[in-house]
Parts: sequence; C-alpha cells; structure tokens
Amino acid sequence: MEQLLSVLIGILVAASVYLMLARNLLRFLFGLILLSNAANLTIFVAGRLTPGAPALVPDGADAPVGVVANALPQALVLTAIVIGFGLFAFALILAFRAYQSLGTLNTDEMRVAEPKEN
Amino acid sequence: MNWLLTLPLVIPFAAAIIAFLLRSSPVAAWVSIIGSGLGLIASGGLMVVVLEADVVAGQMGGWPAPFGITLVADFLSAVMVLITAITGFAVAIYALGDITARQARLGYHALFQILLAGVTGAFLTGDLFNLYVWFEVMLIASFGLLILNGGKAQIDGGVKYVALNLISTILFLTGIGLLYGLTGTLNLADLALKVETVEDQGLLSVIAMMFMVAFGVKAAVFPLFFWLPAAYHTPSFSVSAVFAGLLTKVGVYALIRMFTLVFDQDIGLTHTVLLWVASLTMVVGVLGAAAQSDFRKILSFHIISQIGYMVLGLALMTPLALAGAVFYLVHHIIVKANLFLIAGIVKRLTGGTEVYQIGGLYKSAPFLAMLFLIPAFSLAGFPPLSGFWAKYIVVKATLDIEMWFVAFIALAVGLMTIYSMTKIWAEVFWKPHPDGIAPELNTLPDKAAQIIPVAGLAALTIIIGLNPEPFVTFAERAAAQLLDPTAYISAVLGDAS
Repeated sequence: MEQLLSVLIGILVAASVYLMLARNLLRFLFGLILLSNAANLTIFVAGRLTPGAPALVPDGADAPVGVVANALPQALVLTAIVIGFGLFAFALILAFRAYQSLGTLNTDEMRVAEPKEN
Repeated sequence: MNWLLTLPLVIPFAAAIIAFLLRSSPVAAWVSIIGSGLGLIASGGLMVVVLEADVVAGQMGGWPAPFGITLVADFLSAVMVLITAITGFAVAIYALGDITARQARLGYHALFQILLAGVTGAFLTGDLFNLYVWFEVMLIASFGLLILNGGKAQIDGGVKYVALNLISTILFLTGIGLLYGLTGTLNLADLALKVETVEDQGLLSVIAMMFMVAFGVKAAVFPLFFWLPAAYHTPSFSVSAVFAGLLTKVGVYALIRMFTLVFDQDIGLTHTVLLWVASLTMVVGVLGAAAQSDFRKILSFHIISQIGYMVLGLALMTPLALAGAVFYLVHHIIVKANLFLIAGIVKRLTGGTEVYQIGGLYKSAPFLAMLFLIPAFSLAGFPPLSGFWAKYIVVKATLDIEMWFVAFIALAVGLMTIYSMTKIWAEVFWKPHPDGIAPELNTLPDKAAQIIPVAGLAALTIIIGLNPEPFVTFAERAAAQLLDPTAYISAVLGDAS
C-alpha cells in the first residue's frame, strides 16, 4: 500500500510540475493544487498506514489497545487541507482579478510591475 | 510563564479583531497603534525574563512536550519578537498618515495586526508544524496587504508573490512530512535529539536541502529571490516597510533555527551550499540594485544583498559569525523598514519614486535628508552606525577562518551599496527638482505621524552604533545558545531528557 501511494505521489508531482511550467496562470494554479495534495499524501504515508484500526480508546482505559492508526498525521493533513483550500481560493480569485484588470492570464505578458526596458 | 509567551501573540490577534469590527471608523488606526504599543511592552517584558532565565518554554494546552505545541523564547527568538514589535509600532504610527480611509475600510489595520501575530508566532514556536501554520497566517495576511489597493501593478506583483510563496510553502510541508516519517516527532527540541539516531543520514541531508530551498524562497536568497523585486515596490509604503523589515527575516530566522538546531550533522554539505548561496546573494542583489532607478526597487534589491550577509553568518557557523548574523538581523530590520518609510515621505513630497524625475529635497527638507543619511549610511556600513558593527563582525568572522575571498566579496558589496545610496542621495536630495518644485516638510498632512517613526528608528540606529557593546555581547550569547542547544532542549523537554 505504501509503495502504491508513493508511486501515486510521484505521478501527482510529475503532473503538477508539468502544469506549473505552463505560461497560463490557471494551469499553474491547477498544478499547485495537485502539488499540495501530493504533499498531504506524503504526510499521510509518512505516518505509516495501519488500515482497519481506528485510534479509539476503549472504555476504562487511557490508551488505545494494540496497533492503531497514527492520528497525528491525519490531524496534520486536515490542517494542511484547510489552509491549502483557503490559500487556493484566494489564488483563484487573484487570478480572476488579474484577468479582469490585466486582460490576460499569460504570465509572460504580465509586465506592469516590472516593465521591459526600452 | 505561559502567559508572557502567549501575550505577544494574543495582543495582535485581539487588536486585529477590534480593528476589523471598527474598520469604517478612524478609531481603527488608533486600535492598531495601541495594540502595537501593548505588544511592544509585552515583548519587552518577555525580553527581560529571557535575559534572566536564558530560555523560557511553555506548553500550550497543558500537553507535555513533545506531544503538545511548545512556545519557546531563547535569546534569538526574544530579540526577534522585540524588534518585530518595535517595527510594528513604528509602522502603525506611520500608517496614520499613509493609509487612506478606503484602505482602512478594506481591513488594512486588521490584516497588519494579523501579519504581526504571524511573524511573532513564527519566532516563538518550538514546533515544526506550528511554524508552518504561522507561516501561513503571515502569508495570507501579506497577500491581503499586498493587493489591498487593487491597482494593476499590485495585482501583477501579487500574482508572482503568491505563486512563488505557495510553492515554497508546499515544499516546506512536504519536508515536514518526510522528516516526521523519519523521526516520528515534530517538536524542534525533540527533533534535535532524534535526528542523531536516524540511520539513513543521507536521507536526512536530502530533507535538509528541501528545507533550505523552502526557507530560501522566503528569505529571498539567490537564485530564489525573484518574487521580491516583482512585488515589494507596488503596495502602500507602510506595507512595503513592514514587508521589507520583517518577512524575509522570518525566512532567515527559520534557516538559522533549523540549520543550527536540527540539521547540523552534515555541515560540510549544507553549510558549504549556504556559503555559496550567501556570496552569490550579496553580489547579485547589489548588482541588481545598481541597475534600478526606482527608489523602492533599489531598496528591494538591497534587501536581497543584505540577506546574503546574514546567511553568510549562518554558513560560517562559528560563534562570531553567528553573533554577526544575529546582530545583522536586528540592525537590518530597523534600517530597512526606516528607508522604506522615508521613501513614502519622499513620494508624498515630490510626487514620485523614480529617482531621475524627482529631487530638491536637501534644500527644501534638510531634516528629512539627514534622516535619510542615517539609515542609508548604516546600510552601507559607515562607522559609527549600526551597519558598520554588523558588517565588521561578519567580515571579521570570515577573516578569522581565513576565507579571504568571501571577506573580499562582503567588503566589495559594502562598497557597491554606497554607490546605490549615493545615487539616491544625488538624485532625490541633492539635484534640484526637474519640475522646479521645492516641497517642504510643513506641507505634509499628518507630518508628526510620518516623521516620528522615522526619527525614532533612526535614533535606534545611532544608539546601536554609538554603544554597540551590550548589543554585541547579547548577540554573542545568542550565538552561544544556538551552537550549544542544550539549554534550549532541556527547557522544552524538561529534566526527563
């Protein structure tokens, strides 16, 4: 399972790098969200996978019995997903505003802040 | 001790909420000033306690380390928190005359306070994932501040700033995941112990390089700095000043923290890379500045070249060099924020920041010219200003270990900094204004709110310059703590370790 997920992460990263190398800002952002999902999966796999063993504490005990899933990476991934979602929403709106006021999504043509020397 | 560690975080958050609720009223600016003032007092208190106790650590939520989130203040953290509060206070006052009612209504003051909270949190946290969260708090606030005006240039600069910073963030997150997989902990003090028992040290070096790239983007080192000159000259001057003073320095702080506390196994690799990066950053930054003609763009490139000195201090990894890096951080934040604030006054007096199209300020506003000379000469490293001692320590550290070439680069870059500062001086202050106007300081609305923070920061520069001894001693103690983190680790983990 770990190997499978590792390969999946590799494919995600490859796809995201391909997308992020595009001039189009929207493609770049799609690449970015793929990359952030790859990062989340990395954290998840780094916590080791123990399927079918929820981290529940039985009645009357103060620690779970036996081998259970690691809850910490799940908490980290959850936080990272929420933060990533917020940032991505912001980036999408920014791209939309850029298209509105600059009239293009081609990053090569975005030269307002740094005009070409004549 | 917990309350003193959380106070510098709680105050800006509270101020942000109040300022957000009152954003349509002129009171919001005063909320921001009072919040920053209280934050300054709290940071000063923390500093006093840290000076007594060396390292102060607190566990949030009552969970013992390494399971809970730890806040730690050692000398480096405490001084960074204090200098953040000083800069925040100065810029909050400056904002009275700089921020328009429209910007205030859009939430400038709330975002500004959240930015301060994010920066302070990044300095105080003792947990790697928590550091990521504070980076995000800082990042989202800075996004908002950057594009607040909504003009074409801001949107354009904002796109590049957002894109490159998000990549760095994801790289940082991936590094955290891999490091957790390798060691099973995220507490920095615990990590410092656990990394030594890792079998696969090669993998650790790979992760170290991921962190170096991630923090390198934040710190704007060569060749990862391109977002900085694309964005820093576009927003309001208050925003530029606080960005220039604080944001890149959070990256440098994170580099120093991680590469002294956690990643110090393979110094031959990591710190050699840092040495090259530092040298190239200094040279490229100063050459980039020489090619610019916009006041703020010149200053932006100088941020990059000065970052090189701080990273150089880390790369050399000797006690004196690290002390130089700490001293440099403090000196640079004050000076750089001040120069951007002065650029704002210049813009309002002369109507522009393109240095060839403005001028005449030496004759009409000699006091402002003097105030410019202090941070400008300090940046270039003139004695007896703070920049001289900062450069002196770093250069002496390179000479001590006989790195002649690096010392030569550091000195040459200092010389070329003078070239840029002289250009600004000659064009903006010395030559008459091309349109023949002679703007006086008295014509400025809210004159006091603009001049007082500039004069205050300039006074700090002079104080550090004339009386460097306590500051150097402090920096040396901070460096000793960084090189021998025993006190840090035992303060966090308790006596159990």
